[in-house]
Amino acid sequence: MDLEFYQTLWFVLWGVLWAGYLALDGFDLGAGSLLYVLGKSDQERRAIYQSIGPFWDGNEVWLITAGGATFAAFPTAYAVMFSSLYTPLLLLLFALIIRGVAVEYRNKYESPTWRNLWDIAFFVGSLAPALLLGVFFANLFKGIPIDEKGILQTNLLGLLHPYALLGGILFVFCFATHGALWLALRAPEPLASRSASLAKITWAITFVLTGFFLLISGFFTNIWQNFKNYPILSIVPILMICTYLLVPVFIRSAKYLHAWIFSALTIVLFTAWGMIGLFPNLLPSSIDPAYSLTIYNSSSSLLTLKIMTIVAVIFVPVVLLYTYWAYKTFSYRLSKEEVSY
Amino acid sequence: MDVLLASRLQFAVAAGFHFLFVPLTLGLSVLTAIFQTLWLKTGDEDYRRAARFWGKLFLINFGLGVVTGITLEFQFGTNWRFYSQYVGDIFGSLLAIEATLAFFLESTFIAVWWFGWNRINPKIHTLAIWLTAIASNLSALWILLANGWMQNPVGYVIREGRAELADFWAVLTNSFAWWQFLHTVPAAFVLSGFFVLGVSAWHILRKNELTFFKKSFRIAAIWTVIFSLYLIVEGHIHGAEVARVQPTKLAAMEAHWETEKGAGWVLFAIPDEENERNLVEFIKIPKVLSLLAYHDPNAEVKGLKEWPKEERPPVAWTFWAFRIMVGLGFLFGLLSILAYLARNNPEKSPRLLKVLLWNIPLPYVAAQAGWIVAEVGRQPWIVYGLMKTKDAVSPLSSVQVGISLPAFIIVYGILGIICFWLIAYHAKKGPEKVSEIPSELVTKTNK
Ligand code: HDD
Ligand code: HEM
Ligand code: HEM
Repeated sequence: MDLEFYQTLWFVLWGVLWAGYLALDGFDLGAGSLLYVLGKSDQERRAIYQSIGPFWDGNEVWLITAGGATFAAFPTAYAVMFSSLYTPLLLLLFALIIRGVAVEYRNKYESPTWRNLWDIAFFVGSLAPALLLGVFFANLFKGIPIDEKGILQTNLLGLLHPYALLGGILFVFCFATHGALWLALRAPEPLASRSASLAKITWAITFVLTGFFLLISGFFTNIWQNFKNYPILSIVPILMICTYLLVPVFIRSAKYLHAWIFSALTIVLFTAWGMIGLFPNLLPSSIDPAYSLTIYNSSSSLLTLKIMTIVAVIFVPVVLLYTYWAYKTFSYRLSKEEVSY
Repeated sequence: MDVLLASRLQFAVAAGFHFLFVPLTLGLSVLTAIFQTLWLKTGDEDYRRAARFWGKLFLINFGLGVVTGITLEFQFGTNWRFYSQYVGDIFGSLLAIEATLAFFLESTFIAVWWFGWNRINPKIHTLAIWLTAIASNLSALWILLANGWMQNPVGYVIREGRAELADFWAVLTNSFAWWQFLHTVPAAFVLSGFFVLGVSAWHILRKNELTFFKKSFRIAAIWTVIFSLYLIVEGHIHGAEVARVQPTKLAAMEAHWETEKGAGWVLFAIPDEENERNLVEFIKIPKVLSLLAYHDPNAEVKGLKEWPKEERPPVAWTFWAFRIMVGLGFLFGLLSILAYLARNNPEKSPRLLKVLLWNIPLPYVAAQAGWIVAEVGRQPWIVYGLMKTKDAVSPLSSVQVGISLPAFIIVYGILGIICFWLIAYHAKKGPEKVSEIPSELVTKTNK
């Protein structure tokens, strides 16, 4: 088969990796951002750590793989995107660094000061990535001012326009809801019930923000263009609204696993909406569409794409299989005793 | 500060820092898996405690290895844009394959292991630590295939101004990369072996948990002597491979200026790069360099003057780093033999135990020196013979890098201190008593 087929395939896989990352890391980042809202005591904060403990690292590998896949399949896009977004990207990395260390180290030394300091790192290191990822995707949807050489013609402040900030806030609330649902599922009582109640509130805020975001994307971006050309694709955003509407229904009937899964599905569909809107762009230029990086002008060679496809076809199912097994084994509700040792 | 210099320093800090944690991950994962397997086989509680004790130290170290790896993966794009564009077709796919094959496995099963003590069947639990160990070492293979390609590019064609993949098999079988793998992983095993020996020595000197630490000591002594002696032999072959593939690096490693037949080998020298000579040379043994590099006492060895000044690596760095690594390599060979001889009654050799304790940091020095040889010695090339480092750097502003470089140094510095302090704290605390391990585990595993 020809180059264009593989370029399209890798665009889809690229979207899948981002969707997997946001739907999975989203809940542990969200849980971390609620550390002080939900964790009233040291015990409860410890429970929040414990409920994401076995998962956060595996979830973060989705980010590494998304980055690696961008490098491998669309090297030019990887090069321009990451060097243009230098400062926000490094902020994201530093936040993820202190968060990761906080999760691993907080309970390895007995001292309240020690724990309080790591709590701050964990909170900041969870909130900041949510915000930055939102800003990142909003900028991607809108396009960034890169010239014909792929040089960014603005600075950090130029990337923090209102649309980007709305994206950031949307992600913060969406992840918080996702995280609260996870805690409702896994944390000991009474933390679990409180998380469920909070999830109802943050869900409502996220719902309104999403609607608003979809709407104003029509003014600030070209993201709806593909949907206008192919109206059938509108099924994706419609489905997304439907899955999200089901979340509070499940919360009310205390089916937290279902609620969490539907929240995850919504995130996946949101990513799909964005990716469909972007296609075939990977990084649109807001100066001139001719400068945009597309799957056609920034991809790897046919041979590389083929080899990567073989690797993905064999190993991604294996990864999914053991990830599923690990989730099944460790998603039981934590008991009080388990949290205290 | 100039963007190129700052980016180089930043990469050096980030990579060197990552490699402070990588070797212990590579080796201690395997050792932990061995302890746990011994427990499964013999039922000896000490081995289970050993798996938990060394495993905990492993985990503290692992945390920093993970978070510092992520920045490296992204730094190719942030700081080395033109490099990424130029080699992404080959290099990027190796990184992506590493993540898919190794990182998912590693991060999932380390969690299964740590949280699974009282949750899953002991056999599957032991499998989990083995999978972690295998995945770590698999990740080393893929990243070294990537690095080996920068050292010795193979299987590519230049098309549309970039290197495109022409022969994947050639990339997978790149001899230079395999020698690197066969050197780096055993070096990591040596480091981990001496780590276990050193920590055990500290406790044995204090008569603390004597039987427990003698068991750890014994296994680590056997392990370390194997890999230390192996490393001396392999290192020599590895050097011959460098002579074949990267003659400039070899000349810099030896501070060898003039092309000559039957070249001599100097133990110490002070290279003077301005005037293209060595200021001082101590102990020069005739013909040995030719013999070491080409297995022929009369072979011709190219001197640095063969190449224009701007194509030579920094000589003093490469020369001294190589001397430090090799010197330490021989020291480790000797120490590991002594430890091996003392393996059954180490408490009778208190002086050796003290040396082993103070020796803990030295393999770290050797490993860092090794990377300085490999990376500084490759300069000015980022991809040997194809692309220069100065042409690879991203069009960043000096403010951006001027802020990020100190940020890296400060944040990494603090985290590094905390990590090593925490490792020392838990290492001194010693293993849990059987009664301290949550009782449910004992009943579960006894049946
Ligand atoms: C010889 C071994 C070796 C070398 C040279 C490197 N690494 Fe590494 N890396 C590992 C061996 C390793 C490891 C043993 O697999 C680690 C260390 C600690 C850990 O958790 O896994 C790891 C972790 C690790 C992670 C985190 C994985 C996770 O979340 O589980 C990333 C993204 C990278 N590395 C990327 C890199 C890059 C881009 C490198 C090159 C500049 C690099 N590593 C050099
Ligand atoms: C973890 C072990 C490693 C260490 C300790 C290490 C060390 C270094 C050092 C000290 C430099 C700076 C050299 C100079 O500026 O003169 C450097 C540069 C570099 N290395 Fe490595 N390296 C490691 C692994 C790797 C690997 C595995 C790769 C590729 C996959 C790599 C790619 C690079 C690149 C792209 C540069 C930038 C060019 C430059 O700064 O000169 N390194 N590394
Ligand atoms: C005893 C004699 C030793 C010899 C002859 C030797 C030889 C070499 C050579 C020639 C290189 C450069 C390869 C290149 O340019 O890519 C190298 C690199 C390296 N060495 Fe050694 N080495 C020895 C001992 C050690 C020890 C004891 C350690 C650490 C515990 C170590 C760790 C490393 C590392 C991490 C690298 C960089 C990775 C690589 O290029 O393989 N070496 N060594």
